[in-house]
Amino acid sequence: MLLRSAAIRRLRRLAPLFCVVALVLAGCTPDHYSQTAFRPLSDFGRIGDDIQTTTLKWAVLVFLLVEGALLYAIFRFRGKPGDPEPSQTHGNTTIEIVWTVIPALILAAIAVPTVRGIFQMSATPGADALEVQVIGHQWWWEFRYPALNLTTANELHIPVGQTVSLKMSTVDVVHSFWPPRFAGKRDVFPNRETRLWFKADSAGEYSGQCAEFCGMQHARMAFHVEAQSPGEFAAWVAHMQTLRAAPAAAAAPSMDSMRTASAGATVQAEASGPGDPQYAAGEKLFQAKGCVACHSLNAFDAPKGMIGPNLANVGARSHIGAGTLKNTDENLVRWIENPQLIKQGVLMPNLGVKPEEAKALAAFLRAHQ
Amino acid sequence: MAEHAAHLETSTGLDNRKLAIWTFIGSECLFFATLISNYLVQKETWLTGPGPFPHEAWTSPAGKAFEPIIEIPLVTVGTALLLFSSLFIVLALSAAQHGNRKGLLFWLGATLFCGFFFVGMQVFEFTHFVHNGLTLHTNLFGASFFTLTGFHGTHVTLGVIWLLTLWIEAYRGRIPPAKSLNLEMAALYWHFVDVVWVVIFPVVYLIK
Amino acid sequence: MATSALDQQRAHAAADHGEKTGLWSWITTVDHKRIGILYGATAFLFFLIGGIEALLLRVQLGTPDNTFLAPDTYNQLFTMHGTTMIFLAIMPLSAMFFNFMIPLQIGARDVAFPRLNAFSYWVFLAGGLLLNSSFLFGLAPDQGWYGYANLTSRQFSPGMNVDFWLLGLQILGIASLAAAVNFFVTIVNMRAPGMTLMRMPIFVWMSFITQILLLLAFPVITVALVMLMFDRNFGTHFFVPSGGGDPLLWQHLFWIFGHPEVYILILPAFGIISEVLPVFSRKPLFGYAAMVFSGAFIAFLGFGVWSHHMFTTGMGPIADTFFSLTTMLIAVPTGVKVFNWMGTIWGGSIQYRVPMYFALGFIAMFVIGGLSGVMHASPPADLQQNDTYFIVAHFHYVLFGGSIFGLTAGAYYWWPKMSGRMLDETLGKVHFWLMLIGFNVTFFPMHILGLNGMPRRVYTYPAGLGFETLNQIETVGSFILALSFLVFIANIVRTMRSPRNAPADPWNGATLEWAIPSPPQEWNFAEIPVVHGRDALWELKRQRGGPLPEPPRVSGKGIHLPNPSYWPPVAGLGVLVAIGGVLAFPTHGPWLSIAGGVILFFGVFKWAFEPAG
Repeated sequence: MLLRSAAIRRLRRLAPLFCVVALVLAGCTPDHYSQTAFRPLSDFGRIGDDIQTTTLKWAVLVFLLVEGALLYAIFRFRGKPGDPEPSQTHGNTTIEIVWTVIPALILAAIAVPTVRGIFQMSATPGADALEVQVIGHQWWWEFRYPALNLTTANELHIPVGQTVSLKMSTVDVVHSFWPPRFAGKRDVFPNRETRLWFKADSAGEYSGQCAEFCGMQHARMAFHVEAQSPGEFAAWVAHMQTLRAAPAAAAAPSMDSMRTASAGATVQAEASGPGDPQYAAGEKLFQAKGCVACHSLNAFDAPKGMIGPNLANVGARSHIGAGTLKNTDENLVRWIENPQLIKQGVLMPNLGVKPEEAKALAAFLRAHQ
Repeated sequence: MAEHAAHLETSTGLDNRKLAIWTFIGSECLFFATLISNYLVQKETWLTGPGPFPHEAWTSPAGKAFEPIIEIPLVTVGTALLLFSSLFIVLALSAAQHGNRKGLLFWLGATLFCGFFFVGMQVFEFTHFVHNGLTLHTNLFGASFFTLTGFHGTHVTLGVIWLLTLWIEAYRGRIPPAKSLNLEMAALYWHFVDVVWVVIFPVVYLIK
Repeated sequence: MATSALDQQRAHAAADHGEKTGLWSWITTVDHKRIGILYGATAFLFFLIGGIEALLLRVQLGTPDNTFLAPDTYNQLFTMHGTTMIFLAIMPLSAMFFNFMIPLQIGARDVAFPRLNAFSYWVFLAGGLLLNSSFLFGLAPDQGWYGYANLTSRQFSPGMNVDFWLLGLQILGIASLAAAVNFFVTIVNMRAPGMTLMRMPIFVWMSFITQILLLLAFPVITVALVMLMFDRNFGTHFFVPSGGGDPLLWQHLFWIFGHPEVYILILPAFGIISEVLPVFSRKPLFGYAAMVFSGAFIAFLGFGVWSHHMFTTGMGPIADTFFSLTTMLIAVPTGVKVFNWMGTIWGGSIQYRVPMYFALGFIAMFVIGGLSGVMHASPPADLQQNDTYFIVAHFHYVLFGGSIFGLTAGAYYWWPKMSGRMLDETLGKVHFWLMLIGFNVTFFPMHILGLNGMPRRVYTYPAGLGFETLNQIETVGSFILALSFLVFIANIVRTMRSPRNAPADPWNGATLEWAIPSPPQEWNFAEIPVVHGRDALWELKRQRGGPLPEPPRVSGKGIHLPNPSYWPPVAGLGVLVAIGGVLAFPTHGPWLSIAGGVILFFGVFKWAFEPAG
């Protein structure tokens, strides 16, 4: 009778713990998280996920067995006043051997797929892979497609069903490129190239983040992977290739009638953009405020070594400031007016842009899609 | 029962202080192992930097020519003297343990002479390097060389100060056989510093 | 009344035998027990500071896109939280127990080098003060506790923050190395007659292995920090790519130190638990030899796993495979220890006193931390886990769930011995439950957040990624955890005001420290005991057929003890000024460092020529 109520008392004490655990487990479904590593959308991602699942299963099993044994022992062997001295066991060689060997076997069971996975992941992608150069900056991501002569920033367009071969580096400090839906992360270094590859099997927009502390705004160094069907990707490439220094010969019409960009860095007398006075004003300001010094508006044949992100298609991106803000007109204006307020420490200084000027610049940039 | 501090029985029979010096030396081995490994690792990449270099001639883009900067003869003499100094200190310790004050002063003095020479040789070498364009920040060779040999040289210098203090104590007759452990500790440290140089010398000066 | 009579007796004994009081006696003390208390009190204060830093972080992370803390403030706080907890809290809390308990457990009167022992404490205090003084200048270190190059180069960290960090760590390294030499020699050389190595208490064994790790690992970080200091102040390019250097070299050097460091952090707690579990199960430690050898094997192997922190750097499949396999291998001796602890309580007569609560809590929490560690051992999985909150969860489970729970068990267990008073049982149990619940509510959800995409070291996160709910829960948990420490502090305050009447052996202990009064007299043992086996005190009680009588407080006539000395704190000051003076190099040249060097030399010379006494 006494035993039962003692046990119940203990269980009742544990009740708040159970509630919390339940709550926590409720938040457990990976579908709640858009950046989850549990729902891989690529071959590379699945290699890691398979091993992750294996190790997780073993971990949960060992957890249940060991913690279960602990809980059992806690209740079963509780001492009472007047208890005799328990048997003074010093050890048991057989048991000790068993519990050395069994974990070793479990680890071997994890080691075999691990080593296989390591070598699979270090395979070199074939010649038919799409090469993308990933260059980390404080605090944004540059993407270059050498075969296509394209440069962009913060939004990585890739084709579904084709292996993407990422060759990565950084111009400043060590960062880490992490697209969790497609692959684990790979650090990027200033003095050597690191590599990652994956073949996406699902279209959509998926976010990723920098995963190596890289200074003040490490938290705001996200990027988005835009996985597109081969047709859409080809159209995107073709469109991007028109965003170049020379006036576009024929603006390729896009799906939702975006306005095509006109001239790049140099001011053209006849802009092929609409006769929007905001646009023209913005164009002038882009020069006058010194934006050209850091940002290129050419996606095709873009200059290397620009301090700031390539803005050729900035108007069409889903986010600005490396994932810091959604790319709405209002946010674009806010950013141009005072980037330091939004992302303190960012290399883009406050240019002393007045509100009307910011609106003009925003309109100009919005037209660059 | 009264216990005399100097005669406490120890579990190993070794005096605590002797064991402490060995322990400290063990730790210092890792310190120098790290510095030496770093030197070797960075040796792979330093030819990218500007010269001068230890064993190779190099011409700067501007046309200035640098000869290999290491000068073996002087350092070899210093090395030899440092090696002999280990012998001398063994003799000094033996003299101390036998109560031979004259022998102790002579051999410890000889050790000190070698120590002074070695430090002087290093100072000369460092100055020579700086005059020939190699400083701590010139290139990776300069950085790893000066750090490695600089730390070693500092260890030698501290050893020299320690030995000098002991020499003065010996002069004042304060190192009877019962206190020879004080010298023995310094001798162990001195041998260690010597052994480290036995590794550094070939790694830095001889191997190209 | 019996209590006050006993107190009076003790007061007289104290006065007769010159038990010193007053600030000066604490500054010049060379008594290992006092030095232990100094370490403990100082470390606990730093622990509270580190805890407040953590609470601030948790408030900031409680809501997405929060502006409670500016980005650079957050970055300083998380860097200082990690640095403080590792170097200024866990390590010196362990040092408190090394200091107080090792001589008692081996039947010695003090450590091998009492003045060196004091020196270690003062240098530790200096390092802690230097590190935290950075806050006064708004220049707290902000580069993460591992200080990865090349973020730490002068170019990308122009302020003095990194310099405060590296100089503070250098000072702390000196303290640790001096203490390690001291305890190594003490354990090897000063054991009571009959106490062979395999008869030593297991806490002494784990501490011994820890000292060896300290001796071998700290020189590596010393070199790395020197190289970083040279890069930042003297224009070298060890880690700077533009001059041919390699940022990855820093990672290798740091982790060759860093991985043994984590074993330095956990082994003392392993030792404490291995003492507590047998006493409160009323049976010996299961598999003593296996515990010793597994501890040694973990330490040895711990030097061969370092690059498992670098799986994401692209070292290549051979390196990845090697380090993955060694990391998995190290789980085997660790598992052996867990099972041996289970074997200890199995079939026992478990006494549910507060130290046992924390010891059992340790096992439960450490197992979780160990299992997540095994998950990281596999590079293909670790590519997702590294640098996320999954890692933050892992190391908090092993460092808090492991080390802190273990150290707390030690505190409750040895409090009567150290202070002569028993901590309150009820408050202790409240402390335990609040700590267990608060800890799990704070850190368990981090496993989920990490695997679902939340990176670490982020001052905020956007709404819409799903991180909000669990972060809120974690923040609530952190305040429950804070509350548990308030309860602990209340317990301590109340206890220290109560009369000093704890018995010598309140727990029916197995080891020698329970044979002498609580707290021990300055010389520890009136007569050095002779030891005939493991668990010497149980053996003795068994022979007598019952508990030992309360040991009397005796006159210390004829027992020779080392004299107090002020040269250790002077030398410590020299270290502080010499190394801290590097901060003044850019503006004032080397003169402050040189002055510090002079003070250090002077202090050391006077110390060397002081009559040893």
